[in-house]
Amino acid sequence: MTTIYDRGAPGRQAAALPSLARPEQEILAYIPAGLRRRERPRLPEVSQPELVRHYTHLSRLNYGVDTGFYPLGSCTMKHNPKLHEDLARLPAFAGLHPLLPEEEVQGALALLWELGEYLKGIAGMPGITLQPAAGAHGELTGMLLIKRYLEDRGELGTRTKILLPDSAHGTNPASAAMVGFQVVAVPSDGRGMVDMAALRTALGKDVAGIMLTVPNTLGIFEEDILEITRLAHEAGGLCYFDGANLNAYIGRARPGDMGADIFHFNLHKTFSTPHGGGGPGAGPVAVSEALVPYLPVPEIVREGDRFRLRWDKPKSIGRVHPYFGNFLVMVKALAYILTLGDEGFREVSAGAVLAANYLRVRLRGTYKVPYDRLCKHEFVLSGEGLPVRTLDIAKRLIDYGFHPPTIYFPLIVKEALMIEPTETEPKEVLDAFCEALVGIAGEARERPELLQRAPHNAPVRRLDEARAVREPVLRLLFDSPQA
Amino acid sequence: MNPYIPHTPADVRAMLDAMGLPDVDALFADIPAEVRRRHRPLGLPGRDELSVHRYLAGLADRSSGQELIPFLGGGLYDHFVPAVVREVLSRSEFYTAYTPYQPEVSQGTLTWMFEYQTMICELTGMEVANASMYDGATALAEAALMAHRTVGGKVVLVPRSLNPGVRQVLATYAWGADLRLGDVPYGEDGRLALAEVPEGTCALIVQQPNAFGVIEDLTGLKDALGQAFLIVYANPIALAVIEPPGAFGADVVVGEGQVLGNPLSFGGPLLGLFATRREHLRRMPGRVSGQTVDAAGKVGYVMAFQTREQHIRRERATSNICTNSALCALAATVYLSALGPDGLRRVALLSMERAHALADRIAALPGFRLAFSGPFFHEFAVQCKRPATAVAALRRAGIAVLPPQFLAPTGIKEAFGVAVTEKRTWEELDRFVEALRGGGRK
Repeated sequence: MTTIYDRGAPGRQAAALPSLARPEQEILAYIPAGLRRRERPRLPEVSQPELVRHYTHLSRLNYGVDTGFYPLGSCTMKHNPKLHEDLARLPAFAGLHPLLPEEEVQGALALLWELGEYLKGIAGMPGITLQPAAGAHGELTGMLLIKRYLEDRGELGTRTKILLPDSAHGTNPASAAMVGFQVVAVPSDGRGMVDMAALRTALGKDVAGIMLTVPNTLGIFEEDILEITRLAHEAGGLCYFDGANLNAYIGRARPGDMGADIFHFNLHKTFSTPHGGGGPGAGPVAVSEALVPYLPVPEIVREGDRFRLRWDKPKSIGRVHPYFGNFLVMVKALAYILTLGDEGFREVSAGAVLAANYLRVRLRGTYKVPYDRLCKHEFVLSGEGLPVRTLDIAKRLIDYGFHPPTIYFPLIVKEALMIEPTETEPKEVLDAFCEALVGIAGEARERPELLQRAPHNAPVRRLDEARAVREPVLRLLFDSPQA
Repeated sequence: MNPYIPHTPADVRAMLDAMGLPDVDALFADIPAEVRRRHRPLGLPGRDELSVHRYLAGLADRSSGQELIPFLGGGLYDHFVPAVVREVLSRSEFYTAYTPYQPEVSQGTLTWMFEYQTMICELTGMEVANASMYDGATALAEAALMAHRTVGGKVVLVPRSLNPGVRQVLATYAWGADLRLGDVPYGEDGRLALAEVPEGTCALIVQQPNAFGVIEDLTGLKDALGQAFLIVYANPIALAVIEPPGAFGADVVVGEGQVLGNPLSFGGPLLGLFATRREHLRRMPGRVSGQTVDAAGKVGYVMAFQTREQHIRRERATSNICTNSALCALAATVYLSALGPDGLRRVALLSMERAHALADRIAALPGFRLAFSGPFFHEFAVQCKRPATAVAALRRAGIAVLPPQFLAPTGIKEAFGVAVTEKRTWEELDRFVEALRGGGRK
C-alpha cells in the first residue's frame, strides 16, 4: 500500500504560507541553543495535486455508510445526515474558542443547555453532563460518579464490586477497573437474559453497582429489568445503563423509568453523528437525582435568557474533559433531535427493530439463531455447523459488497455474527443482504475454500493479522535515506 | 416522510407479514408494559431541513465571541487550516466508516493511521505512537495511569505551570485510580524547579512549552527520575523548532493535537497525541495500525496488538478507550503532509516572530511587564496592576486574551495570557498595543 511518504520530492509543499519578516536565525535565537531542534522531522514533501490524489485514493479503499450497508452490531451505523456537516462548519461554531468569557459564547452555551434538556427528557432522568467524549468515557464518568457517591456515604471501603452480565461490551469491565472496582460476571440464562437466581446470589453489601446493557448485546430486551434494578437498589447498589443500544427503544421507553441511576448516550450511534473512522463521538451521561451533586463541573445553568457556568459544586467529581465535551458532535445531535421530534424518534426505533427482526426471521432457516425470540435493534447469528469459520463468512460478505457484521461478539455465542441493520436501510438492501448470506451458506458447504480465501473482491486479499504482532512495524522506518 | 428512513407503509406491511406480526407495536411487546406506560414524549414536533438550519445558525450568531480577534490560547490555538484539509476530511468514505475492524475494506483508514503514527513519532522523537486519544488532557491522564502500571508508585509529580484545565482532568482520573498529585514549583523564569523526587513517584509531568508559554529545559530530568516516567505534554507545532522530548529520554509524549489542522470547535472534538518507547508498547492505550501482508504478499495494514484492548482483554485492558478522535487525527495527517517539514517550521517561526514582537512592545509600555524571564514560544503571561481593566480595554478593541482567572490556579498573580499564531496580522498587533496604551494602564 502506497503511503504519502512514497509520493512527492524534496522541496514540494501543498500549502503556501506567509513569509517571515526577519531572517530565520534571528527568530530561532529566542530558543536557547541546547533546546533548538537539531534534526528535521521527516514529514512528507508533496504538492497539492499529489496530496489530494493520495487521500482520494485512500478514501476509495474504505467502506463507509455512504458506500453501502454496514450492519456492524452494537455500533448503529445509520445514515449521517448531510445538513449536520454544513452546520458543524459554521464559523461561529467551528471557530469559537472555549476559553472566551461566558457572555461571549451565549449561543454555544444555549445549544449545549438545550441539548442537555432534550437528552434528560429522552433518558427520563434529572441530571446530565455533556463532557464525556465517547461511550467508554461516559462509562468511566459513571464509575467515577459511583465512587464519589460511595465516598460521600462512607461506603467506599465496603462496596467494591461491580456486577456485569457476561454479555457486556468489553468497555464496561475496563471502565470499572480504571476506577478500582472488582468486576464480577453474572451469567445469562437460557433466554439470553440475566440469570435472576445468579443475580440474587451475587447481590450483597459489597456491591457498588451493576452495569447493564438494555437491550443486551444479544439484542434481547431484559424483560426482568424492573426486578433487576429493584433488587440492585434494595441491596444498596446503583444501576448503570450502557446506552449503546438506545436505538432500540428511543421514543418508546426511558432508562429512568426502568430504574437507571446512570445512563450514557452514544451520540455517534443513536443520534446519527458520523463515526469518523473510529471517532470522534460523544458520550453524554444522564443521572438520577441522587447523583446530581457529583456531576462534573462546570454545569451549564440557564438564568432567564442567559446562560452561565456554575463551578461551585463541592461534591463534583471534577472535570473529565478540559472544555465542554465534543461540541461539534453535539451540534449535529441537536440538529438530529430537532429534525426528528417525538414522532421521528418512534419511527427510528420502529424501523430499527422492524429491520432486525425481519432479517432474523429471514435468516433463521439458514443460520443458527441461538436465542431465537423477538429481538430489538440487533440480533446474533452463529456460524456454528458450517464447515467454515465465522471469519470466513464475514470476509465473503465483502465480495458481495457488504460490510461484515460484528463478529465473535458477544462472547457467550460461539462463532457469533452480530447484525444491526438500523432504520435507514431500504427493504431492497435488507433483502439483498439476506440473499447474500443465504448464498454464502451454500458456498460454505459446496466450496468452503472460496470463503476461506475471501475476500476476492477487495482492495487487498486477506491480511495476516498475526504477522503484524509477530513482526511489528508500527511506523515507517526510513531504512533507506529519504529520496 | 422522514428523509432518513426509507420504509414505505407497503415495506413495513411486507416485513411484518414475513414475521406474522399484526403491527409495529407488537415489536415492542417485550418491554414491560409499566415501562412503556411511564414514557413521556418531549413535546417536540419534527422540523424541515431549512428550519433546523435557520434555528441552529441563529444560535451560532448569539455568540458575540466569534467577532473577536483571538489572542487567546490556553492550550488551543487559532492556526490557519489550509482548505485541502477540510476537502480531504469531507470524503465520506473516511468520515462515515468506523473503527477498521475489517482491514480488507478499511485500508484507507489503516494507511493514514500508519502515516499519522510515523509523523507523530517523528515530531516527538519517540518510537511508537497510537492512532489517537480523545484530547491532550485525557491522553496525559492515561499516560499517568500507564506509568503507575509500569513502575508502581502512586505519586505523580505535576508542575504548577501545567495548563489548569488539563490539570483538572488529570486530577479526576488520578483520584479515580487512587494516585496522588505532588506539586512541583516554578522559578522566576517560569520554568519548573524540581527539587526532589519523593519516594513512590511513578511519573513527572512536564508541559512543553508550559501554561505560561515558557520553554522548559528537559536536560537531566530523566536521570533524576530513574525508573519513574518522564511524561511530556507537548505542543506539536512547537516541536518543529524545539528539540523533541524523545531526545531527553521521555518515556511518554502526549499533547493536544488540535493545532494540527483542526478548528477550535469550542473545545471539542480535540486530538490526544500519545507516543512512547517501544519497550512500553504493550502497556500503551489505544488503537495502533501495523504493517503486514495479504495472502498475495501485498503490503497492507491491520489493527495490531489488539490484545491490549478492552474488547479482548476486558478488565485487564490497558485502557477502556474504544472510540477515539480518528477524524481529527486524519486532519493532522493531512495538515502535516500539506505543510511538510518546512511549512510546519514556518508556522512555528511565524507564530514566534509575531509573539515576540508583540511581547517586546507590551513590555515597553509603562505599567506592563512580562511575568517571566524564561524563553517562550508563542504565548506569554503579562502582568499589570489591574489586569481586568487591561482585558476590558482589549475587549473594546475587539480583542480576546486569556483571562486572569484561567491562569490563577497556577499561582500567578495579576496576569493575563497572550497567544499569537501566524494568523495574527501586524495590523492586529498594532491594534493590541494601541488598546493597552489607550485604556489598559493603571
